[in-house]
Amino acid sequence: MTGEVFDGKKAEVMVKDLRASFKAGKTKPYEWRVSQLEGIVRMIMERETEIMEALQSDLAKPNMEAYLHEISLSKAACLFALKQLKGWIKPEKVVRASFTTFPSSAKIVPEPLGVVLIISAWNYPFSLLIDPAIGAIAAGNAVVVKPSEIAPATSAFFAEHLPEYVDNSCIKVVEGSIAETTALLEQKWDKIFYTGNGRVGRIVMAAAAKHLTPVALELGGKSPVIVDSNVNLKVAVKRMAVGKWGCNNGQACIAPDYIITTKSFAPKLVDALKSTLEEFYGEDPLESADLSRIVSFSHFKRLTELLDEENIPEKIVYGGERDEKHLKIAPTVLLDVPHDSLIMKDEIFGPLLPIITVEKLEDSFELINSRPKPLAAYLFSKNKKLEEDFVQKVSAGGILINDAALHVTNPHLPFGGVGDSGTGAYHGKFSFDTFSHKKAVLSRGYATEMRIRARYPPYTYHKQILLRRVIDGSFIALFLGLFGLHRD
Amino acid sequence: MVLTTTGNKGGDEEMGVLGLESVVAEARTTFESGKTRGFDWRQSQLKSLLRLLKEREDDMFKVLKDDLGKHRVEAFRDEVGALVKSTENALLYLKNWMSPERVSLPLVAFPTVAEIVPEPLGVVLVFSSWNFPLGLSLEPLIGAIAAGNAAVLKPSELAPATSEFLSDTIPKYLDYEAIKVIQGGPQVAEQLLDLKWDKIFFTGSPKVGRIVMTAAAKHLTPVTLELGGKCPAIFDSLKSSRDKMVATERIVGGKWGACYGQACIGIDYLLVEEKYAPILLELLKGVLQKFFPNFELMARIVNKHHFQRLCNLLKNESVAASIVHGGSMNPDKLFIEPTILLNPPLDAEIMTEEIFGPFLPIITLKKIEDSVKFLRARPTPLVIYGFTHDEKLKRRIVEETSSGCVVFNDALIQYMCETIPFGGVGQSGFGQYHGKFSFDNFSNRKPVVRRSFLIELSFRYPPWNEKKLQLIRHIYCYDYFGFVLCLLGLKRCNYRS
Repeated sequence: MTGEVFDGKKAEVMVKDLRASFKAGKTKPYEWRVSQLEGIVRMIMERETEIMEALQSDLAKPNMEAYLHEISLSKAACLFALKQLKGWIKPEKVVRASFTTFPSSAKIVPEPLGVVLIISAWNYPFSLLIDPAIGAIAAGNAVVVKPSEIAPATSAFFAEHLPEYVDNSCIKVVEGSIAETTALLEQKWDKIFYTGNGRVGRIVMAAAAKHLTPVALELGGKSPVIVDSNVNLKVAVKRMAVGKWGCNNGQACIAPDYIITTKSFAPKLVDALKSTLEEFYGEDPLESADLSRIVSFSHFKRLTELLDEENIPEKIVYGGERDEKHLKIAPTVLLDVPHDSLIMKDEIFGPLLPIITVEKLEDSFELINSRPKPLAAYLFSKNKKLEEDFVQKVSAGGILINDAALHVTNPHLPFGGVGDSGTGAYHGKFSFDTFSHKKAVLSRGYATEMRIRARYPPYTYHKQILLRRVIDGSFIALFLGLFGLHRD
Repeated sequence: MVLTTTGNKGGDEEMGVLGLESVVAEARTTFESGKTRGFDWRQSQLKSLLRLLKEREDDMFKVLKDDLGKHRVEAFRDEVGALVKSTENALLYLKNWMSPERVSLPLVAFPTVAEIVPEPLGVVLVFSSWNFPLGLSLEPLIGAIAAGNAAVLKPSELAPATSEFLSDTIPKYLDYEAIKVIQGGPQVAEQLLDLKWDKIFFTGSPKVGRIVMTAAAKHLTPVTLELGGKCPAIFDSLKSSRDKMVATERIVGGKWGACYGQACIGIDYLLVEEKYAPILLELLKGVLQKFFPNFELMARIVNKHHFQRLCNLLKNESVAASIVHGGSMNPDKLFIEPTILLNPPLDAEIMTEEIFGPFLPIITLKKIEDSVKFLRARPTPLVIYGFTHDEKLKRRIVEETSSGCVVFNDALIQYMCETIPFGGVGQSGFGQYHGKFSFDNFSNRKPVVRRSFLIELSFRYPPWNEKKLQLIRHIYCYDYFGFVLCLLGLKRCNYRS
C-alpha cells in the first residue's frame, strides 16, 4: 500500500512491538477484549455493504452467500464470544484433585499464548480471517492477520478498515503474498493459525518447528457424500446442491467433493440433480447471479484441465459449460469417472461433482478410507445401521448425516480437520481454547505433612509400603500403614 | 548400537530401514483392521499392562537401578507406582472417555442431534526420554491405547537396560501386532521420522524437539512436545519454623529427590529474598544431611557425556566461586555431590540453560515480589513453584507469569495428579497429557450431526431473493417471532440486521 516492501526486518520489528504490548499486559484485561470484539461487530454492521462489494469483486459472490456465510457468521461468532467470554476466562475448578496429593486444590487457568499469526484463505476471505481472530482476541493475545492476496479487495478492506475499529498497538494487518508471508513465518510466534492447502500447510509447520511454535492447520480434502436409495431424494439433492454450488460454487473446504452411490440408484440421482440445478440456477447457469465465479485464471485453468482430461468429457452428464472471459464454470455433474483420474486425485475445489458408483454402499467405506482423511464426510440415508457404521468407520474432521456443510455453523461443535485435512479446531469456545494455554495451578498447604514422610529419603521398607498405600489410593490400608499395621 | 525389534529375545539382528518399515506397516495393517477400536481390546490391553507392572516389578527396579542408579523406593514412587495408578485410572474411566458427548443446538435446528465422537488417530509414535525411561514410555502409551490407537514406542537408547526390558517384555503382555517397541539411537529415530504417522509424542530436549516437528511437518503429522526448561522455585518467608522445615524438605525432594536433579519438572534454581538466603542455606544443608547420609541412595548422573556437561557448568570461574556447599565429583562413579551456589552470574550457562543435574543456584532478590519480573524476562518453564502463604503473591505469579503449570507449596506432585493437564507452553513445549488429557491427546474429537428430512426450510436454497435473505437474518438472530411474522408476510422485510 505504501510501496515499501514488508521484509524480514519489518516483520521482526512488528513482532517485537506486539510482544512489548502483550508483555505490558494490554491484551489481558476483559475490558480490552470486549472492546476489540465490539469494534469488530461495529465494523461488520457499519460496513456491510462494502464487505459485500469486496466479496463480489473478489469472487462474484452472490449477496445472499456473502451474508449467510461471511457477514452473519462472523457477526454471530463475535456476539457469541462477547456473551460467553466471562465464562471462558474464568478458571475451572478441578473437582477431584487426587487422593495421592490430598489435601490439595487444583484449578485450570486459561492464559493467552502471546503474539499469534493468522493466515487466512481466499474463498471465505472475510470470515476465515475474522473467525480465528475472534478466538485470538477473546483469549487475550496480540494478533497479526495476513489476508489472502488472491482475494485482493477483501484484503484491502481489512488493511484500510480494521485498524479503524481495533487497537492498532496489538492487532495488525499485513497484506502481501509469498514474500511477505515468508517474512512473517521467519519470526517467532506463540501460535500460527493457517487456513489453506496442504502444500503451504507443510511450509507453515516447518517454519513453526524452528521456533517450537504450535500450529493449527485448517486444510481441506475430498469430502465424500454417500447417497443411499432410501432417502427423500428431492430434499437430499437440494441439500447436497446448496452445500456444493451454494458455497462459493464448490470452492469451499467442506463442500461435497464427490458422490458415491449404488450403480442402480445413480440414474435417479443424476436426474434429481439435473432438475434441482435447473431450479436453482436456470437453464443458463453461466448467466445466473446466484453463482460465484472461479477466483482466478489459474484455478479456472486447473478446473478445466480436470474436465478436459482424456476419457473424461464423455462422463459429463450435466453442465460442463465455461466462460473464460468471466471465469465462470457451470455446475457440472460427471458419472463413473475412473478412480485414478485427475478429478479424483486432489480436492476439486470447484463446481465439478463426480459420481462414483459401487455395487453396495458398504463398499464405499473402504474407498473413502483408502484416501487421505477429509475435512467432512456426508451420508444421506435412513438406514440406521449404515449410519452407525459410517460414524464409526469413516474418519474425517466432521460428519454430517442427511445434510451438507451445515455443521460448521454451530458454535458448540469443534471445526477442524484430522490427518491431511489438518490439526486443531476452532469455532465458539474451541477458538478461545486454541489460542489459550490451559495452565494447571495446584495448591497445597503444610498442615498435614505426614509424620512418616514416606516421600523422602532415606528410603526404608516401611516407607515403601506406605507409599504403595498412598499411590493405590486406599484409605484403609493407608490408615493401617500409618500405625505400622500391615495388611499384606 | 543394537537394533532389535519386538519378539526378538535379546537378538542382535540389524533391522535396517526395510525391517523397520515392515514393523510399522504391520501396526498400520492391524489398526486398519479395526482391532484396536473396540472397548474390549483397549480394556484388555490396559489390564495386561497392569499385570506387567505388578508382575515384573523387580525387573523394573533392576533396570532402573542399572540405568540410573535409582533406589527402588524412588523407582516405585516416580515410575512403577505412578504407572499403576495411571493405568487403574484409565481402566476406571475408559468407558466414560469413549462415550460421545452430546452438544446443544438451537431450536431452529430441531430435530437435529449433534455429538462429539472421539476416535483414534491411527498409528502413533512415542519417543521417550532417559530420565524416567519407564514412566515417560508407558504413560503416553496408556493414553494411546485407551484412545484406540496402534503404537510404536522408541525408548531412549541412553537408558539401555530399560529399553531392552521394554522390547522384551511388552510383546509378552500386550498385543504385539498393534504395539511395537523399536530400539535404537538417533539413526533409528531418523528412519522412523521419515515415515508417516498419525501423531508423534516426543519427550526430550528442545533441540531434538525441533528436529521431530520439522520431520512431522512433511506429513502434516500433529505433534506433542514435552520439553523442559529452567523450573524456578520462589521461596517466600514463611512464619512458622515447621512450615519452613516442611518447605525445605519439599524443595530438597523437588531438586535432588527425583532422578537426582535430572527431571524436567525438577526445581532448577531458587529465588529468595536476600535477607532470608542464609537461613534457607542452613535449612537446605540440614535437610540434605538428613535425607542423603550417603550417596548410595541417590540416582547417579546418567552417563559420561552429561557428567562432563555438568562439570563444564562449574568451570566458569565466577560460577565456581559462588559454590557454598558441595561441589565434589567422582567421575568413576558418575557421582556429583549435591551442590548449592549463591548468586552465580545470570549470564553464565548454569543460569541460561536447563541444568538437569544436582546443582542448585540460589538467586537473591531485594524483595520476593521481584521474582515475577525476573521470571517474565525469561523463557517459559514447564512449571513454576511458589513456596508462600501470601495470596497476593500467589495471584501475581498465576496472572503475570507463564508456565506449563504452577504449584504452590510443594514440588513434583503435579505429575501424580491425573485430573490436571501436564504439559508445557512456549519453550517448554505444547500439548498436554495425563488422565483424560492423554486420551484426548491421542484422539480425534469428531463432531457428528444427524439431520432428519422431517423439517425442510425452503429459504435455504437458490434462486435467491430479498425475502429469503430477511428470513435468514431473523433465524440467525434467533428472532423466531420476527421470522414467523416475516414468513407469514405480516412484517415488512427490508431492514438491515
